Parts: sequence; structure tokens; C-alpha cells
Amino acid sequence: MGDPLFSHKNLKLLTAPLDSSNPITVQVLGICSALAVTAQLKPALVMTLSVIAVMSLSNVIISLLRNTIPDRIRIIVQLVVIASLVILVDQILKAFVYDVSKQLSVFVGLIITNCIIMGRLEAFAMGNRPWQSFLDGVGNAAGYGWILIVVGFVRELFGSGSIYGYKVIPESWYSINGGFYENNGMMILPPMALITVGIIIWIHRSRNRELIEN
Amino acid sequence: MENLINIFIKSIFIENMVFAYFLGMCSYLAVSKTVKTATGLGIAVIFVLGITVPADYLLENYVLKEGALTWLSPSFEKVDLSFLSFILFIAVIASMVQLVEMVVEKFAPVLYTQLGIFLPLIAVNCAILGGSLFMQQKAFLNIGEATVYGLGSGVGWFLAIIGIAAIREKIKYSNVPAPLRGLGITFIITGLMGLAFMGFMGIKL
Repeated sequence: MGDPLFSHKNLKLLTAPLDSSNPITVQVLGICSALAVTAQLKPALVMTLSVIAVMSLSNVIISLLRNTIPDRIRIIVQLVVIASLVILVDQILKAFVYDVSKQLSVFVGLIITNCIIMGRLEAFAMGNRPWQSFLDGVGNAAGYGWILIVVGFVRELFGSGSIYGYKVIPESWYSINGGFYENNGMMILPPMALITVGIIIWIHRSRNRELIEN
Repeated sequence: MENLINIFIKSIFIENMVFAYFLGMCSYLAVSKTVKTATGLGIAVIFVLGITVPADYLLENYVLKEGALTWLSPSFEKVDLSFLSFILFIAVIASMVQLVEMVVEKFAPVLYTQLGIFLPLIAVNCAILGGSLFMQQKAFLNIGEATVYGLGSGVGWFLAIIGIAAIREKIKYSNVPAPLRGLGITFIITGLMGLAFMGFMGIKL
């Protein structure tokens, strides 16, 4: 105890996952549900918020329970905590943003097996105090989220010519209306999500050269 | 019969777990450095999917769905437990994986040592839970269809991981730009493989 709530060390927990220990581009966690929801910005944003909620809460709960969980059954305890939180999120989404919930389909459920959550519970919450675990959860979920949002932004802009559902490319530019522009339909297809993330990794690592693999 | 073959082909090629839905990407990226380990994991996934999807199908149709409990008593006609499906599916998967592990250890120790650590790890592979959730969404008519769907998805995943492992073994010898080495190039290759697999979308079944 005695640490101020936002000491330098605690803030580091929040900011490191945004860059040098990013869950997607560096730790390679949570790719599964990340890519499928990024054809448009809106589902990507909703997914990010859901993951932030599930992750910070599950980190806090596991951190509170960490001294009482028997080592042998910790995986199943973690899964139960995560699954209950995901059920909550799923019900909330169904109640308030039904159309997005339909669009995300099975991927809300797949937050349960999102390795980023299990990974952080194992690596951090099992050995740290609740407040630090909360910051770590928010930080990692945000690090995961900004990649999602960037990919969603790029894919929606070039794939459908809109951002968050609003048209940004003027109608008169399209070749149907006598213009020169055409949406790149390939950006909507699933493989382009992978290629976009690959390019983000490329840019990230050429700016931060310590991350380069041999 | 024809229907079953259709589901099988569709789940392997057209709705491939990795290329169309990105399921199981974490282990796909982590365990694809050599073909040998990739094969072990791939077989384990086929195995587990082939068991958990029909098991969850039974659970869905006899416990969770609205009106599914009428076999207990007709008064349960309006009971809808489907909000519990996530937690029950994951419990079934975790216990099935444990069970499969024990059975394999007892009756096929050679296979057990080959699969090694991969078997327990499969419980948190999103392809497995994804298989069950898609099964729920597709509402198959009988358990045969669900089983075939599970096996087909497993085979699709197996093909994908073997493909990428073989490519990664070769790419070690090529001159990839430094920041792309490892993870980056694997992503881009997977994307290109995905584009190739999209060619199967033209198949009408």
C-alpha cells in the first residue's frame, strides 16, 4: 500500500499495452474475435467497449479472489467468471443496440475464449492487487481496441466510402454518377482484415525497432 | 446423405474457420512454426470439434432452447434458457477436453505424448466454442448434421494450419523486410491464403 492511485508505475500499466506491449501486434493475443468485427467502424467500437468492460471487471474479480482460488482449478474458475460477464454484456447489447448485436453474432460469445482475457488473468490478475489489475485490464483492452478501431476505420472508409455509417465520399464522385471513384469491394472481404493488421504491424515495428523478430 | 456431404464440403472450404471467420487464430499463429506440431494440434482440433459440437447440440435441443424441456414435463413449454448457452457450452467444452485427454492417455498413450500440451489448451481455442455457437445459429435438423459440421470445421482448420506451417518453414530462408519478419508476414500470407480460399465461394451447394 501507500502508492498513490496514479503513480508512475500504475500509469505505465495503462499505457504500455497501447504501444510496446500491445496485445495484438506484440503479444499476439485476442486475434480471433478482433478481425471479424472490423468490416465497419460501429461494430468494432461496440466490440472494443464490450472487451474493455469484460476485461477490467474480470481482472478485478479474479484479483480479489486470487488468494482463495485453488491452483488446479483456476482455469475453470476464470472461465466461469468471464462467461458470466460475457452473458451480461450480451444481454445488455441485445437490449439496447439490437442491430449491432445481430451483426456481431457469435463474436460476442467468443469474447469468452478471447485469449487476451485469459492471458491477462493468468499473467497479471492472479498475482496483483485489484487496482493494478483494473488498470492492466483497461490498458490491454484499450490496446486491443485501438487496433480494432484503426482497422475498422480503414476498411469502412475504403470498402464502403463511409465512416461510422456516414457517407464521406461525395455521391457525384462515383462512376455510376459520372465520376471517377469506385469503392474497393475487396476491403469488405475477411482476408483484407488480416492484410491490414499485417501492415499495421509493419508500420509499428519499423517505428519501434526493438520489437523486430529474428 | 447428399445433405451431409454438402455440409461437410461447405464447412471445410466455403466457411473455413480460419479464413472466413478468423477462429482459432491465436493457436494458429503460435503453433504454426513447424508442420509436425501443426499436424498434432490440427488432429486434436478435429477430434475435439467432432465430439463437442454434437454434445452441445444435444444440450441445446434438450435443455436450452425454448420449449426444449417439454420432455421433462409439458408445463416447461415456455421455459427459455438460451441465455445460459455461453456458460454451459464452455463448461461442456472444458469437461469434454478433460475427458478426451483422460481417454486418450489411457487407450492411446502414443497419440497422447504426440499431442502433449495441445490437448488441454484446446479448451480455450475459439474455434471450438465458435463451432458450437455456429451450430446453435444454423439450427441443424439432427445430430448427424451437427457431427458432420463439427468434423468438417475441424478438417478446415487442420488444412489451414498445415498450409501456413509449410509456408512458414520455407519462408525462413527468404529475405523478408525486418519489421515484417515473424508475425507481420504470417498475417499477410494468411490474408493471401484467405483470398485464395474465397475462390471456393463460387461453389453452389
